[in-house]
Amino acid sequence: MSVETKISDREIIAALQGGLPIVAAPYAEVAGKLGMSEADLVARIAAMKDSGAIRRIAAAPNHYKLGMVANGMTVWDVEDAQVAELGAQIGALPFVTHCYERPRARDQGWPYNLFAMVHGDTPDEVEAKRAEIAAILGDACHGHDILYSKRILKKTGLRLRKRG
Amino acid sequence: MMLDDTDRLLINRLQDDLPLSSHPFAEVGKELGLSEADVISRIEAMKETGAITRFGPFFDVAAMGGAFCLCAIAVPSDQFERVMIEVNDFPEVAHNYERDHTLNMWFVLATETPEGIAETAERIEEKTGLQVLCFPKLQEFFIGFRVKA
Repeated sequence: MSVETKISDREIIAALQGGLPIVAAPYAEVAGKLGMSEADLVARIAAMKDSGAIRRIAAAPNHYKLGMVANGMTVWDVEDAQVAELGAQIGALPFVTHCYERPRARDQGWPYNLFAMVHGDTPDEVEAKRAEIAAILGDACHGHDILYSKRILKKTGLRLRKRG
Repeated sequence: MMLDDTDRLLINRLQDDLPLSSHPFAEVGKELGLSEADVISRIEAMKETGAITRFGPFFDVAAMGGAFCLCAIAVPSDQFERVMIEVNDFPEVAHNYERDHTLNMWFVLATETPEGIAETAERIEEKTGLQVLCFPKLQEFFIGFRVKA
């Protein structure tokens, strides 16, 4: 066993979860801190991408700071038999950033099973997009709502709990 | 804070995968006609102003044997700040938004095991004294985001 393989994925995740250093050779810098070579760290990251543990290495933008002031979580009560087909159509809309089927919570007054996140520069723009979604869902939809975000309370991405 | 067209071009490019090479920012710069130093200073500036909240790997805890779950709490308005502090204090809470609805606090839990979701939701209920509703994803239809470049 080489020295490098003794470094666990967990240690690598812990070193990267706060973000990648913004320097000319970021992988070399992280590798140095972990006590492994840049080539070995890159190989381990590549393996984590293959397994799906890392989706991509990228920027998380702040929609508000980018001028996309209106962020509406639209929620829809869609016929179960049609949710897969209609969900795919809604998810393909260019202004929908996330689209999921989720369980209803009817006993909590929550009949909605399709969630579609819509961003816009103004609330009017989001309303227009909401109407567009409603038109696609048509009679298969029995009710909907829109929850505007008022504040980001926390946004950190993954944080592993410390093991002690 | 003003982003110029180059910043917007860069932020769009950076939402796609960064190359796994020794000088990845030089490669990105080459694609966009920017120097490595310019790419680095623009990313740093956008992190500083908060246009980019984070730059680095996006981990999928589900692929690592863990789980994600969207959760919500109906927080009485006079208790909002207390509950926000209590909820945010959990490292499993990856992000948290206030929304204008009776269910006014929406957060994502990321845990290292599938069981961790229910356990964490329960601990949040104990801590806050409020019911946590869990909305795990049953199907995912699309994920993407692009700013206007």
